[in-house]
Amino acid sequence: MSQRRVLLRAARFAAFAVGVAVVTVLPHWLSDFRASEVAYVGVYMIGILGLNILTGYTGQISLGHGAFMAIGGYTTAILVGHHAVRDLWTIPLAGLVAGGAGLLFGLPALRLSGLYLALATFALPVALPQVLKKFSHFTGGGQGIQIFGDPDYTGKGYENVHVLGQTLTFNDWLYYLTWTIAVVLFVAAWALLAGRAGRTFRAIRDSEIAATASGIDLPLYKTLAFGISAAFAGVAGSLFVLVSFSASPGSFPIVLSLYLLVGAVVAGLGSLWGIVVGALFVQYLPAVSGHISNHAGAADVTRGVILILVVLILPAGVAGLIRRAGSPLTNRAIRRS
Amino acid sequence: MAEFLQQVVSGLATGGIYGSLALAIVLIYRSARVINFAQGEMGMFATFIALWLIDSGWPYWWAFAATLVMAFVGGVLIERVVIRPVEGAPAVTVVIVTIGLFIALNGLAYWIWGGETRSFPSAFSTRAIRIGGVAFSIQDFGIIGVSLAAVALLFLFFRFTKVGLGLRAAAVNPAASRLVGVRVGWMLALGWGFASVLGAVSGMMVAPLVFLDPNMMRPVLLYAIAAAILGGLESPLGAVVGGLVLGVGLNLIATYVDFVGETLQLPFAFVVILGVLLVRPAGLFGRVAVRRA
Repeated sequence: MSQRRVLLRAARFAAFAVGVAVVTVLPHWLSDFRASEVAYVGVYMIGILGLNILTGYTGQISLGHGAFMAIGGYTTAILVGHHAVRDLWTIPLAGLVAGGAGLLFGLPALRLSGLYLALATFALPVALPQVLKKFSHFTGGGQGIQIFGDPDYTGKGYENVHVLGQTLTFNDWLYYLTWTIAVVLFVAAWALLAGRAGRTFRAIRDSEIAATASGIDLPLYKTLAFGISAAFAGVAGSLFVLVSFSASPGSFPIVLSLYLLVGAVVAGLGSLWGIVVGALFVQYLPAVSGHISNHAGAADVTRGVILILVVLILPAGVAGLIRRAGSPLTNRAIRRS
Repeated sequence: MAEFLQQVVSGLATGGIYGSLALAIVLIYRSARVINFAQGEMGMFATFIALWLIDSGWPYWWAFAATLVMAFVGGVLIERVVIRPVEGAPAVTVVIVTIGLFIALNGLAYWIWGGETRSFPSAFSTRAIRIGGVAFSIQDFGIIGVSLAAVALLFLFFRFTKVGLGLRAAAVNPAASRLVGVRVGWMLALGWGFASVLGAVSGMMVAPLVFLDPNMMRPVLLYAIAAAILGGLESPLGAVVGGLVLGVGLNLIATYVDFVGETLQLPFAFVVILGVLLVRPAGLFGRVAVRRA
């Protein structure tokens, strides 16, 4: 291994370790309310991570990942709200259910070119709320499902949670829950993408024909990428429901799917290093653009324009910026040594 | 029987609207292998402009015509400014740009006109006329007439004018067209202009039926996508026929199949999309593409 690669790898581990450390101590400086806000950032990070595996690494676009979040979210809501299952156990289950739905959906949609997939996935979150309203026996209809009992409950003063000998406020517990899972899934995605599967995904992205010629089973790997990606979205949806205490057809609108895509593009498709920034962007853009204009729609105008500008000017997103900023550093370090 | 006929006619009316928007999608797909997801929002935006003109005292048809002109110019401008730079980029990239347009136009409409629903005047009377003892709405016939007239005019333009020939040539073989002097870049821009006009027609026709708000076109876009896939993304005729079939089909199913009713119409369109992709990916009128390996 060249010196440069060793250095790069060390830099990555260092960045990751610093990130984990920041995530661990952050609640000490955050108010209870802010903690639950930052928990949403973790949720979006998981969703964007899943979307990036599909769009950034495999080159297949999904405009409907909010629908897989809804499937995961409703899995949790139904199990916790109707069957009193312990919330923690529903999280992996939500991932499995959403992943299974993704596999089933991918079978017909992925036989064709990327544009057909875009069309079919776009239809998914537009159609899903109606299905949720129709089968109200399971889904609570338009009202949705409230979990943790009290519907008027606003999130403040909920009983403290005891974990591993620590006592946490409920919002801090949600924060640590989402971010622990986010970090674990980040490492899992990293490992997946560094290995054989990741190489195969990238081969498909760069040229489907060349990939087929090298003996890659295209439908299998495309569907696999879609399933894994949907499973990530399912976990994100499950956590979304746990953090917001409810699931309703309005929790997962079509724009949620599009915002995830915006976050993934801003973060940088095909790289994992900008993902936190993408998630922060999704969560905090309305607040930031609210400082400039309070008009309804100002946030969406900003989002849309930034999305287009990033594609035109900065195709590699924040991750590309980081790489560009970092490479002279590593070069210099090598030269000096 | 009377109810059946009424449902068929009103289905043809909504189907004509879906067909126009589907045709807009197919036009752009044929010329540049791009799906414009902002097509519906562009139509919504044009409809708001039409309402603004009508509210400032313009007669309906003058406002209608002026809106079409503005929609055309807007479509050409959008192509020149944001689509042109990603020409030839992977499909995913162009789709992301049109999603950016989708979000930005929706936000802009909220910004300018707010989110409340408004009623939009209809050019046609909602009175009923009796034909053979069955009451039909005049508005339905009007909508069918306008949608089909727009499609027919476009067909004549493509078939019998030199620019139309250039547009078709640029779609079939850009490289060869460029060699014989067709300005392919401008042809793409014109294609966006015409698609934008069709979107505006569908917006102004659907607005009296569903009320105008910034999210008005989302279900229409889904139906148009289903219509385009049903007819075959390659085929303009297929898009229109797909729209009409879908419009009538959805209406009849909503009336006669209790389980689907009004609520499951959107999911039904989704099932149509998946079903067609599964059984006959090229659609009813499309040819099966042979990919060169």
